[in-house]
Amino acid sequence: MTTRPVLEVQGLNYVLPGPENRVLVRDVSFTVGPGETVVLLGRSGSGKTTTLKLINRLLEPTAGTVLVAGRPARDMDPTILRRGIGYVIQEVGLFPHYTVARNVGLVPDLLGWPAERIGPRVEELLRLVSLDPVHADRRPHELSGGQRQRVGVARALAADPPLLLLDEPFGALDPITRSELQREFGALQRRLGKAMVFVTHDVREALRLGTRIGLMREGRLVFLGTPEEFQRSEDPECRAFQEAAA
Amino acid sequence: MSLLSFYARHTGEALGLLGQHLLLVSISTAVAVAIGVPVGILLTRRPAWRGPVLGIANVFQTIPSLALFGILIPLPFIGGIGARTAIVALIVYALLPIIRNTYTGIAGVDPAVREAGRGMGMTDGELLRRVEVPLAASVILAGIRVATVIGVGVATIAAAVGAGGLGVYIFRGVATVDDTLILAGALPAALLALAADMLFGVLERRVAWR
Repeated sequence: MTTRPVLEVQGLNYVLPGPENRVLVRDVSFTVGPGETVVLLGRSGSGKTTTLKLINRLLEPTAGTVLVAGRPARDMDPTILRRGIGYVIQEVGLFPHYTVARNVGLVPDLLGWPAERIGPRVEELLRLVSLDPVHADRRPHELSGGQRQRVGVARALAADPPLLLLDEPFGALDPITRSELQREFGALQRRLGKAMVFVTHDVREALRLGTRIGLMREGRLVFLGTPEEFQRSEDPECRAFQEAAA
Repeated sequence: MSLLSFYARHTGEALGLLGQHLLLVSISTAVAVAIGVPVGILLTRRPAWRGPVLGIANVFQTIPSLALFGILIPLPFIGGIGARTAIVALIVYALLPIIRNTYTGIAGVDPAVREAGRGMGMTDGELLRRVEVPLAASVILAGIRVATVIGVGVATIAAAVGAGGLGVYIFRGVATVDDTLILAGALPAALLALAADMLFGVLERRVAWR
C-alpha cells in the first residue's frame, strides 16, 4: 500500500463485562485506506456493530489496538476522537428537537466553528446529499425516511472527517429508497475518497458498496477480500450469504 | 355576610395573606426545583441510587401534611413556628414529583439519540444540556406543575404553624364555624392552584419539541 491507512485495527477483542465473560469480538484485524470502503457483513450478533463501536470508543476494547491516521485511539480523548470520525446510524439517531440545519451543523458547532462558517457548510452538505435546502429549517419528523438518512450522512460529513463509520445506515428504508440511496452513496464515495467502515447484513448492499468485504461470524473476521474474491470464496459462511442473496 | 363584602372590608389583609401564600409556594417550589432537578439528573447517571432516593421521597410524600408540620416544629434549625418550617415542609412535598419526572423524562430519551450524540463527540455535559434536558423539558415541567399545584394546597396548612397565607382564614373560619371566612381562604387558594396549573400547562406546551 502506498498511502498510510486511515484506520488500522489490530487484534481487536471485546469481552462483555459481567460474570459470563461473553466474547463479542475476537482477534479482528483489518485496515482501511483513503477511498476504501470495508463492509463488515454478518448475521445479527456476529459482532459487526460492536467492532464499529470499538473503533470510536463507544466501547473500550478488551485487547488490541485501533490506529486512526496512525495515532492510537486509546491515547486520544474519546470526544476529540469521535469529532474526527463521521458516524451514521439508522435514522433514529437524528436529534428530534433540532432542525435539519442544526443536526447537520452539530459537529462543526461542537468544534467551535463560527456560525457564519457553519451556515454555508450546511447548505453545501445538503446539496451534496441531494437534499433541497428548503428542508434546512424542518424537523426530522417532517421528513421522509430517505430524507432523514440523507441528513444523517450529511451530518457525519459535516466536519470533513477522513474516516466514516456507518452502522446499517439504510437498514430502515423501503427497497426502492434504499437502492436509490445506495446508488447515490456509491457516487459520493468515489467523489469524496473517504475511508469508510460500513456495517450491514445485506449481502447485496455489501457487494454493491464495498471495495472489500469483511465477513464476521461469532465475533471473528472469517473472510476479508474484494467482492470478486467474496463471490469465489469457498468459506461456508460466504456461501451461506451468497445463497441467501440468490 | 357575603364573601364580596368581606373582601371589601378586609382588602388589605386578604391581599397580604395572598401575597404570603404566593411567597411560600414560590420559594419552596424554587428550592425544590434547584434540588430536585439535579438529583433527578444524578439518578440517571447513578441508577443504583434510584431505588433508595425515590423511596425516601415517596415516604415523605405519604406523611399527612398536618403531621409533617407537627413533626418539624420541635426540630432545631429547620423547625419552629413560622414561615421557615412551612417552607421546609413544602419543599419536602414538592421534591418527589420533580425528582421523579426529571428522572423519567431523561431516562425516556431514545437511547439511539443519546448514542448518536456520544458518537458525534458530545461530552456528557453537552449531551445533557443540548439533548437530554431539552427533550425531557416538558416532562420535567409537568413534575414542577404537579409540585406547584400540590404546594398551593398544602400551603393552606402552613397557617397552623404560624406561617400565614390563605390558610389563616380557613383555620379561623373552622374555629369560629364561619363559612364565609373558610371560603375567603379556600376559594382564592383553589383559584391560585388552577391558575398555576394553567400557567405551567402553557409553559409545558412551549418547551415541547414537537
